[in-house]
Amino acid sequence: MLPEIPEGVVWAILLLPIGSLLTIVLWTRPNPRLSGYVTIAAIAGAFLFSLWALDSVIASDGTALAFRSHEWLTVGDLTVNVGLRVDGLTVIMLLVVTTVSLLVQIYSQGYMAGDGGYSRYFAYMSLFTASMLGLILVDSILVLFVFWELVGLCSYLLIGFWFHKPAAVRAAMKAFLVTRLGDVGLLLAIILIWTKTGTFDIAEIQELAVVGAISVNVLTVFALGIFAGAVGKSAQFPLHVWLPDAMEGPTPVSALIHAATMVVAGVYLVARFFPVFEVAEDAQLTVAVVGGTTALLAALLAVVATDIKRVLAYSTISQLGYMMLALGLGGYVAAIFHLLTHAFFKALLFLGAGSVNHATNTFDMRRMGGLRKMMPLTHATFFVASLSLAGVFPLAGFWSKDEILSQAWTEQPLLFVVAMAVVFLTAFYMFRAIFLTFEGEYQGGEAPEEDSHGADQSRPHESPRVMVVPLLVLAVPALLIGFANVSGGVEHLLAGALPLEMRHALPEFHFNWGIALGSLALALAGIGSAWLFYGARVLSAERVRLTLRPLHTLLERKYFLDDLFEGVLVRGLLYRVGAGALSLFDSLVVDRVPNEIARGLRLSSVGLRMLQTGQVQVYGAMAFAGLLLAGGLAFLLNPL
Amino acid sequence: MLTFLVFLPVLGAIVVATLPRDQERQAKPTALAVTCIVLAGSLLLFALFDRDVSGLQFRERFTWIGAGEAGFNIQYFLGIDGLGLTMVILTAFLFVVAILISWKVELRTKEYFAWLLVLETAVLGVFTAQDLILFFLFWELELVPMYLLISIWGSGRKDYSAMKFVLFTITGSALMLVGFLVLGFAAGTFDMELLAQMQINDAAIPLSAVFLLIFAGFAVKLPIVPLHTWLPDAHTDAPTAVSVILAGVLLKMGGYGMLRILVGILPDTTQDYAVWLASLAALSILYGAVITLRQTDLKRLIAYSSVSHMGYVLLGIAALGQVGMTGAALQMFSHGVITGLLFVMVGMIYDRTHTRNVNELSGLAHVTPIIAIVMVMAGLASLGLPAMSGFVAEVMILLGAGERFVAPTILGVIGILLAAGYILWMVQRVMFGPKDPRWAELPDATSWWEQLPMAAMLAVILAVGIYPAPLVDLIDQAILPLAGRLG
Repeated sequence: MLPEIPEGVVWAILLLPIGSLLTIVLWTRPNPRLSGYVTIAAIAGAFLFSLWALDSVIASDGTALAFRSHEWLTVGDLTVNVGLRVDGLTVIMLLVVTTVSLLVQIYSQGYMAGDGGYSRYFAYMSLFTASMLGLILVDSILVLFVFWELVGLCSYLLIGFWFHKPAAVRAAMKAFLVTRLGDVGLLLAIILIWTKTGTFDIAEIQELAVVGAISVNVLTVFALGIFAGAVGKSAQFPLHVWLPDAMEGPTPVSALIHAATMVVAGVYLVARFFPVFEVAEDAQLTVAVVGGTTALLAALLAVVATDIKRVLAYSTISQLGYMMLALGLGGYVAAIFHLLTHAFFKALLFLGAGSVNHATNTFDMRRMGGLRKMMPLTHATFFVASLSLAGVFPLAGFWSKDEILSQAWTEQPLLFVVAMAVVFLTAFYMFRAIFLTFEGEYQGGEAPEEDSHGADQSRPHESPRVMVVPLLVLAVPALLIGFANVSGGVEHLLAGALPLEMRHALPEFHFNWGIALGSLALALAGIGSAWLFYGARVLSAERVRLTLRPLHTLLERKYFLDDLFEGVLVRGLLYRVGAGALSLFDSLVVDRVPNEIARGLRLSSVGLRMLQTGQVQVYGAMAFAGLLLAGGLAFLLNPL
Repeated sequence: MLTFLVFLPVLGAIVVATLPRDQERQAKPTALAVTCIVLAGSLLLFALFDRDVSGLQFRERFTWIGAGEAGFNIQYFLGIDGLGLTMVILTAFLFVVAILISWKVELRTKEYFAWLLVLETAVLGVFTAQDLILFFLFWELELVPMYLLISIWGSGRKDYSAMKFVLFTITGSALMLVGFLVLGFAAGTFDMELLAQMQINDAAIPLSAVFLLIFAGFAVKLPIVPLHTWLPDAHTDAPTAVSVILAGVLLKMGGYGMLRILVGILPDTTQDYAVWLASLAALSILYGAVITLRQTDLKRLIAYSSVSHMGYVLLGIAALGQVGMTGAALQMFSHGVITGLLFVMVGMIYDRTHTRNVNELSGLAHVTPIIAIVMVMAGLASLGLPAMSGFVAEVMILLGAGERFVAPTILGVIGILLAAGYILWMVQRVMFGPKDPRWAELPDATSWWEQLPMAAMLAVILAVGIYPAPLVDLIDQAILPLAGRLG
């Protein structure tokens, strides 16, 4: 047994990647290889320290380690402290972030090899990892917001990493703005809770909520604000629109940021404030409904996507919806457990897609096919991860999905039906992707961009070892991590993170054979249908598309949400109508009026100058008139 | 000490202006030396300033125009508290920057630098004067160099813009002077320190009218919608260094005046107007931000964004609490540096491309990576990214406002969202995208007089953003008594 982790070492988890960022910026920038090594070393260090933290928290039964907060700023009744909160929820997140980040950085050495911005890439990745670790480590909602915005910045920088591509730059901006729209709610929630309680401390807010010291109305508004932030960050309907476009970034970025870590920050945030949501029931129900809706609508979109990364992106949105659904139904443990398993298999899927792209220069599945024999390791790991995502026994995804389904079964039958439908769809779209990508005949890929480092797409081959090894390593948790909670280990850790009053009120999880077998049957049915359409091709997807044309158009146009947001609301209403009208008003009225007044004054001065004739009689007459006027005024004001 | 600091630039101006023709090259180093000494002096004050003592420090006073029998004296009275000192440091810092980025000015060099130095004295005077009449004199003195700097060294419709700037300001300050006189005669003194300790109950005209008269002067300066239209014109046509000073320092005179004179001397009346001020603030924030979205001239774009950002200053002041007002003062400092940096960057882009039109620029990040990185960082600071100074200030303002107002606070948060929109869109169009052959040969910012100001300003933005306590404590020394009087 290790001794309990000292606070300084926990700080080191956060500071190590900041250190690698500074090292790259100040020092190793001209030496790309070294920049990669520095980043990997720093994150490996953070990973080891995270294991130590895990050990300490297991020893404390998941309760928070006793670290003091440090004063950062005090003005009047405003006190901002910065401190660390390390409990069961924190260590699970730490493990997810450091493991996936470490493997993604190793993989990136191969994927980004030869890119002109190699050092810049690792600098951004260091900053991202540091910000993400900060987000999960801090004990204050305001400081959390700081890191929340910083991960958003890194996401912006990394989506737009290839800034010569207009699509990438547009996607980056869209991601930043859409998530910031949600952040309006989060920031207002923070302002609200501070004006009501005078604190930003998460544990204190939880405590006050549980003992009923804050009115339910305030808590509901607060919880909805928090959730608004989570909807943006975790790409929930209808703010999910940024995530598919975010696939313009380098694929390892998608694996780390847009699958395993940053996008789950919203789920983490809602889970962190789970005690508040338990009290604010209206808000909690909203979470469930939005989560369920997202899970279903995104899964449908994944079915028609032709770009392998977009299939994965919609799948991520759908699974995040699953986690939200669980949280909304009180399944705090189920949600985080699913977050944990999902992080591994989804990161693996993205890295697999990146590996395929490395060989073919395309993400379009219609130009792939037959890659199983050419890239056996990529195929094997991708296959395992897909089974896990589809929820096939006994892989990781099966266990966590099952907990969510059981939760829905007991809480909300309607949402249970939705969740079961998503099980079928998930298995279907994943195996559609597998059949299109790895089976059949190779469709030729795509020629590399000019003066880029693309491979020869005509003869695809397995990726280099730095890329394949992370795939193999990730396959292990994708297979096995589901067993972590079979004996309630994860649950025990997570329960410790809750306030004492709630720790024992958590719903007991009972393994339900009916649900388990039912969901397994649906998953297998999904796989089977995918085989019928895309493997054996006994059924024609084309024919289905023709018969269901309106539905297909609706899906292909992504429910017309992009048109609505970008075309109608932003470009039309805000830019053309709102800003246009206001600009006209500004130049025609606000700017014009003073100018007209000035002109009027100049004209009147011209007029008045006429009176200066130099004739004494005129002056005398005017003086007399003035006297009369003054006398008359005096009389009116002060009658005798 | 203060007198030395305030009048050193004017001395420098005289030296520069009287340089013999063959020594004209010495104008720049002389001006730089003078501003550096002032900056060093202001930092020395920062080190010597005692934060635990309330009230003014480093006072210097004597009766200037004694008219005791008429019931009042006009004093020469300088002194600073934490708020004044913050503004003095900002001013001293930005003037060094302004001199550096003017290194390539070749037109009537001596006069240019001389007028810049006169301007510095005027601004320093405003932030240190503690007598209303003296304050007013410095306030008006600032107009002369500004008018000349814009109309001689400017571009575009420079005469129109310079005249517009002067007329707007003078109209406001004429009203302000009436307010000062009424106030001074009612209280029997123009001593701002004394006035701030008195309870003034009535004057020749109602106090609410006095408030409005004085407010008019500051509202033009800040500026507040709908009195802002001089700002985009003045910015667009002014030379880069003057834009930096205008956005960085001169606008802050409005916010400073509101805190020092309206909140400080007329707290109860200000209290009565708080809701109106907050509404005006929300209007300025949104109006400025929405119009910024439409701008295609980089300077106009930043000018309108300043209108929006100054709205936050007013919102913080309207909150009339310690948190909000401290945030407002911090926002003044922070915006000064951030927007100063943005103007510096726009100046660099304009020097190289001879255009400020967003639609003509593109892909600059490929050819001028240093300019691109700094511009992006300045933009991120401007949109309120955490770990940069603007975030701390805006959050404090919004928290302070949240204690009092609901709707203005919500609108203020929406303003931050819009800021992200116009900044990122601008950055996207100017910096990113494919390489543009027109700009393939642009030189990056490599000379010391370009890199030094960029590095220094970024360092300040990050330092205040990451650990604001030293600066906030300093400001708080001045805000605490103000908040105390509001009860």
